[in-house]
Amino acid sequence: MSSTPAIAAEDLVKRYRETVAVDGIDFAVAPGSVCGLLGGNGAGKTTTIGMLMGLVAPSAGIARVLGHDMARERHRALGRMNFESPYVEMPHRLSVRENLRVFAMLYGVEDVRGRIAELAATLELGEFLDRPVGKLSAGQKTRVALAKALVNEPDALLLDEPTASLDPDTADWIRSRLEDYRRRRSATILLASHNMREVERLCDRVVMMRRGRIVDDGSPAALLARYGRADLEDVFLDVARGRGKGAAP
Amino acid sequence: MTFADELSGFSFRRVGAMVLRYSLLLRSSWPRLLDLIYWPVIQMLTWGFLQTYIARQAAGAAAAPRLQVATGTLIGAMLLWDMMFRAQLGFSVSFLEEMWSRNMGNLLMTPLRPLEFVAALMTMSAVRLAIGVVPVSLLAIWFFGFNLWGLGLALGAFFVVLALTSWSIGLVVSGLILRNGVGAENLAWSVLFILLPLCCVYYPVSALPAWLQHVAWALPPTYVFEGMRSALINHVFRSDLMLAALGMDGVLFAASVAIYLRLEESARRAGALLQMGE
Repeated sequence: MSSTPAIAAEDLVKRYRETVAVDGIDFAVAPGSVCGLLGGNGAGKTTTIGMLMGLVAPSAGIARVLGHDMARERHRALGRMNFESPYVEMPHRLSVRENLRVFAMLYGVEDVRGRIAELAATLELGEFLDRPVGKLSAGQKTRVALAKALVNEPDALLLDEPTASLDPDTADWIRSRLEDYRRRRSATILLASHNMREVERLCDRVVMMRRGRIVDDGSPAALLARYGRADLEDVFLDVARGRGKGAAP
Repeated sequence: MTFADELSGFSFRRVGAMVLRYSLLLRSSWPRLLDLIYWPVIQMLTWGFLQTYIARQAAGAAAAPRLQVATGTLIGAMLLWDMMFRAQLGFSVSFLEEMWSRNMGNLLMTPLRPLEFVAALMTMSAVRLAIGVVPVSLLAIWFFGFNLWGLGLALGAFFVVLALTSWSIGLVVSGLILRNGVGAENLAWSVLFILLPLCCVYYPVSALPAWLQHVAWALPPTYVFEGMRSALINHVFRSDLMLAALGMDGVLFAASVAIYLRLEESARRAGALLQMGE
């Protein structure tokens, strides 16, 4: 396994006029691992992911994915990465198959039909493959968004609350597919989530953010031991409310 | 990323993917298709009947020949203006479809490059234009005996000049929408109309006050409308006008690409691409 991080934030800063959204954070995610980015609302998670996706230009520092500076050479990395977020949708009038076809072409997938058939089988899209995306349930849409995120078999996957607003059964199903994909492709995943069960289950490591800074960083087990808590939810509350190790003024 | 990087990595397959995306959208929605034809037909009928009415009223009057020359170009002017308006709208609306469907974030995360996106928007603008203008130009022959296609090669030159101006404006408008959100979408519908009085669509440049004539001659479409009057009234194709307009369009288009790229970078700095809405 390469020692070069698959995803890295190097002294990363984002300022919006007077507001500092991300304040000089540093972290590196090893290839093939899953890292959770945790923090309350306004902690800077989405801005950090935005900089790693190349959608937000850093004020200082470097957001690096697969060895590439996303502010300067994002086009070298974009074909090998992908993302899923509930805040971005796919064209509603196009069917699932049509959407996947367009994205497969954009990502340069060689065998478009074959890849769609594979995704349809893996993510159980068959029954609604020819239905417009706008007519799908929330759970079905999430499966389609995941299919889009996996269409190019990415080496790096950025997920912003991938199971938000899903029922527990569908959310569990999605997590299983993510675990399968990570195992099969040795992909690196960066996950922003408010769901602590999800983070405990999927992540090898958790980076905790508060007010734009990293206040703690470690494996779920190490964090539980450090804060003397039984689950990550309590650790999250300690960090969000400025208690315990991660407390900041 | 430099302009040379942009060109070296250009992929026609990705352009094709975007053209496919917009074609599937058009095919799936008959109101969108109807909208492409509806307004051009209404415009053509209104101006055509006005031209017919004025010609009948003037018949027999002393000024009749001059009046007929003046009104004889109304339908042609209207069709060319509509061509220009539809080309800009076709460009901007395809862009807006991504904002309305909240799909822009997905696209910006793919290897699709800005120039490929622009090429796809230009292609779709031409497709939408063909769907709207071809049937209307045929109806103009049937209703009023006005044959736009009779302009021959000149029509091709007019199209290129007008389309390049429209796409340049469409690019700047798209950049402003990307930077400022869909709150700026009204520009897509209205911005071109500032050119309507200035580029002398329905009257010659000589009708303007002297100081405004300089402004008119700085706009590429003015050369098309003057060229059209020359072709219809004097049966002379003014290649000098077309070459001057093409040169100006080249500069305008290059400047618009640069402005679009700057606005996209500005949107990245402002974090506007993460929260694309009003």
